[in-house]
Amino acid sequence: MNLDFTAIIPSIPYILKGIGVTLQIAIGASIIGFIVGILLALCKIGKVNVLRWFADFYTSIFRGTPLVLQLMIIYYAVPQLLDIQIDPVPTAIIAFGLNSGAYISEIIRAGINAVDKGQMEAAQALGIPYAKMMKDIIIPQAVKNILPSLVNEFITLNKETAVVTVISALDIMRRAYIVGGSTYRYLEPLLFAGVIYYIMTLVLTFLGKRIEKGMRKSD
Amino acid sequence: MIKIEELHKSYGQNEVLKGISTEIKEKEVIAIIGPSGSGKSTFLRCLNLLEEPTSGKITIAGDVLTDKGTNIMKIREEVGMVFQHFHLFPHKTVLENLTYAPINVKGMDKTAAIKKAEDLLTKVGLFEKRNEYPNRLSGGQKQRVAIARALAMDPKVILFDEPTSALDPEMVKEVLAVMKNLANTGMTMLIVTHEMGFAREVADRILFLDGGKLIEDASPEQFFAAPSTQRAKDFLEKVL
Repeated sequence: MNLDFTAIIPSIPYILKGIGVTLQIAIGASIIGFIVGILLALCKIGKVNVLRWFADFYTSIFRGTPLVLQLMIIYYAVPQLLDIQIDPVPTAIIAFGLNSGAYISEIIRAGINAVDKGQMEAAQALGIPYAKMMKDIIIPQAVKNILPSLVNEFITLNKETAVVTVISALDIMRRAYIVGGSTYRYLEPLLFAGVIYYIMTLVLTFLGKRIEKGMRKSD
Repeated sequence: MIKIEELHKSYGQNEVLKGISTEIKEKEVIAIIGPSGSGKSTFLRCLNLLEEPTSGKITIAGDVLTDKGTNIMKIREEVGMVFQHFHLFPHKTVLENLTYAPINVKGMDKTAAIKKAEDLLTKVGLFEKRNEYPNRLSGGQKQRVAIARALAMDPKVILFDEPTSALDPEMVKEVLAVMKNLANTGMTMLIVTHEMGFAREVADRILFLDGGKLIEDASPEQFFAAPSTQRAKDFLEKVL
């Protein structure tokens, strides 16, 4: 048994700083993903064929290729094709956001379809225009129903962000790896990183449950 | 005020309405009755285009609903509807249910909308429930709120699609009482109903539908005492 954490103790603050980076990516990507997800879901349930095809195509591309590949393609495509320098963290936010949008759109679509059809009829009967009906009547009810799935998606995303290490974003994972390189001990910092991810997941799960409870109060 | 000419509605091969024509005057209260599957609800839902007629012409207060260029939204503001299953907005309070459409569709001032909503809730006896969410209300209370919600838009006519069919028996009365009051204020009402006693007492006219056709159009006295078709006689024998 050769396990010695004393060597990484001085590097603990350095690794912990990665929590901020990881959360920044996860939160930024979730916001983009939620917006993209709603827009795609609206395209999917709408009557305009072109938009429906586009949304389905988008979803199938992002679900049908590896996330790490999407991340690297965006990282290299933006400077090469658009001539814009882009840092790893914004790249990661965009890539994870676009990817997550594909998954969230499916969740939201299911949520919208699960809202009682009578709600739409009642809104129509009152003369409420489509956009307002969606925004104020249908989507709030749909989001409430799918909140557990959305929280789940966020937790998954938070863990998945660990692959940003391939584009050298300084998240928890990358920092643990760097510490490994400088101390010649990889296992200890990686185990430490694992503990951090696990605790984050526990905390987020707990917060998710609290939010759900709060939302259920209006029932 | 409402004129319906040769209204047809089909779902694929299945023809649900087979040419219905009638006229409804302002302030008239119409009860639409008939066996299930006769097309009563479909007929009613064509009048605010929740169902799109296959052919025929519907005119409400001078606007032709069935014309391509007609602004459906504008007509829906003027044609209120009350559903069998209420369809209140569950994430909004009772008061918000009543004020949402006047504020967001008609552009009514918020304080005016609230004032009006509170007056209407008082009328249906639910003022003290104004800040509750719909799930806290009984079926009868929900339906009274739904009626108030329709009234909040100042409609010229209100369509009732089996408004008491989803209610427990002891709650039917309170909803019928509200509807009766409404009829007395001169509101134009079309009511699909199975409540024969109510139809007889409140309606000015009975429309009897069977198999997608309007086969009787008579005063309640005449319809219930001496229906002119065998089909209506059979129906009344079963339900009375």
